[in-house]
Amino acid sequence: MAEGSGVLIIGETAGDELSLASQEILAAGRKVADDLGQELAIAVFGDAVGAVAQAAISQGADRVYAVTSPLLAEFQVELNLAAAETLCRETSPAIILVARTNQGREVAPRLAFRLGVGLAQDCLEVSVDTSNGKLLANRPVYGGNAVAVISCNQTPQVAAVRPKVYVPLEPDSGRQGEVVSFPVDLDESLVRSRVIEVVKEEAEGVKLEDASIVVSGGRGLGGPEPFSKLEELAGLLGGAVGASRAAVDSGWVPASYQVGLTGKTITPDLYITIAISGASQHMAGCSGSKAIVAINKDAEANIFKEARYGVIGDWETVLASMTETVRELVQE
Amino acid sequence: MPAKIAVLAKQVIDPEMPMAAFQIDANAKRVVTPPNIPPVVNGFDENAVEAALQIKDSQDVTVTVISSGSAFALDVMKKPLSMGADELVLLQDDAFDNSVDSFQTAQLLASAIRKLGGFDLIICGRQASDWDNAQVPLGVAELLGLSCVALGKKVELKDDRVVVERLIPDGYEVVEASLPALVTVSNELGQPRYPTLRGIMAATRKRPTIWSASDLELDGGGMEPRLTLHDLFVPVSNAECEIIEGDDEVDAGRKLALRLREEKFF
Repeated sequence: MAEGSGVLIIGETAGDELSLASQEILAAGRKVADDLGQELAIAVFGDAVGAVAQAAISQGADRVYAVTSPLLAEFQVELNLAAAETLCRETSPAIILVARTNQGREVAPRLAFRLGVGLAQDCLEVSVDTSNGKLLANRPVYGGNAVAVISCNQTPQVAAVRPKVYVPLEPDSGRQGEVVSFPVDLDESLVRSRVIEVVKEEAEGVKLEDASIVVSGGRGLGGPEPFSKLEELAGLLGGAVGASRAAVDSGWVPASYQVGLTGKTITPDLYITIAISGASQHMAGCSGSKAIVAINKDAEANIFKEARYGVIGDWETVLASMTETVRELVQE
Repeated sequence: MPAKIAVLAKQVIDPEMPMAAFQIDANAKRVVTPPNIPPVVNGFDENAVEAALQIKDSQDVTVTVISSGSAFALDVMKKPLSMGADELVLLQDDAFDNSVDSFQTAQLLASAIRKLGGFDLIICGRQASDWDNAQVPLGVAELLGLSCVALGKKVELKDDRVVVERLIPDGYEVVEASLPALVTVSNELGQPRYPTLRGIMAATRKRPTIWSASDLELDGGGMEPRLTLHDLFVPVSNAECEIIEGDDEVDAGRKLALRLREEKFF
């Protein structure tokens, strides 16, 4: 694919709404499209596309492709990819943006390979060099120890943007845009994999990704039992409990608790770390927190370089005392 | 005929090395290979070796490990053999950079896989701990037209399909895919087994197949660089930590809670 124009977002829906990640990436895309002086389009997939199209326009899209087929009623990766590839080939965008969600992390690389182009993966920031129309992407590498600035050599330029980095635009119902119907002809034989069972392993209460306060534990806890103490504090604060990869690898908590590069990305107002050393792989998942608290006995631990508040000491004593004081304060 | 399994593995700078040893050559836009710290097999790729060997534990299969790179430490790359893999194929050429451009790396590996006659199942680590790209396996699946399941924590090979417990944000899903298939695995798969003494002896005797660029049928267009690296730098953290001290640790814990209350976090 040679020439191209405009920015195309591969959208995702959650029920009848645009997913939060798609709303975020509309904000990123709007800026890129404005800098280029080009149009921002978003593709929405389904057996039918309803109110979600207008919602996308109110949050920044100039055009919505309603990509429809009876086979797109549920997300299925091969069908979704085939539909996205057809749309990209027919509309020749200059830039394609994908939110790096559970779906996007698989769709973005596979779509880029199908189009024969490179992908800027897991970007923290995308911007445009207006002199040549190049999309510049900042992405963490080496577990977050370094940042690379890269661009794509061919068109379309494709970038997968990390969720929870951009903030969605305020919906403006006065914004004008166009909804373009884009029915696709898909064949069931494209399906090579299917989900036969879904097993939920999430803790009860506030979801880790949505919590405004998160209490996380690491290797230094020494076993699974201390997590009940973290739960106690999280419960008092109306928060959720997370963990470092070391705690998950030790089998102390399920994988769904993991915060970090290969776990969840969270952006709470307050992130309280208990006996977590703060390796960059962990920080990659929580560096967007408004404030980080570190409780760790090792004064040299990296976590103190990232934290706003810290206590150097034995976590068990400090946490117990902190929890009691929090209990008194919230009961007042 | 026994089923053929391939594991794609990458040699990386040890991610557990001390942070002081992590240095960037800003002009070359590369991370400096630390002189006294040996490289390792990428951790997630050891999980992939483990997944393949778990299948081999109960079924008649062959496990071939394939890697691409410019400078291999042979004793490091033989580790999968000492764990129990059957064969090692190294694609070694000064041109095989394997850093920024996943497209090229996937082309190389796909070409080697074709030359080896294809596999029923290819297992890979979810991403490499150096460039964290998480692209090469999915790219290989696309280039070879394989079924693809990402982020497995358990992999079972049935007659004509692979059954994968695949991680999702709130748990896992069980996915069935037709063969030939490519599956990526994550650390949730569990600790890779340790090499046995017998395995180490057997690995010593095994000679890897080594191919350079001229041994592979590489398509010129496919090998054109897809990405340009403009800059590589260490991010600076500007957080300033307020260390809360008390008469003792009990007092420090109490003061921390009071401080957070004062700042209206709760």
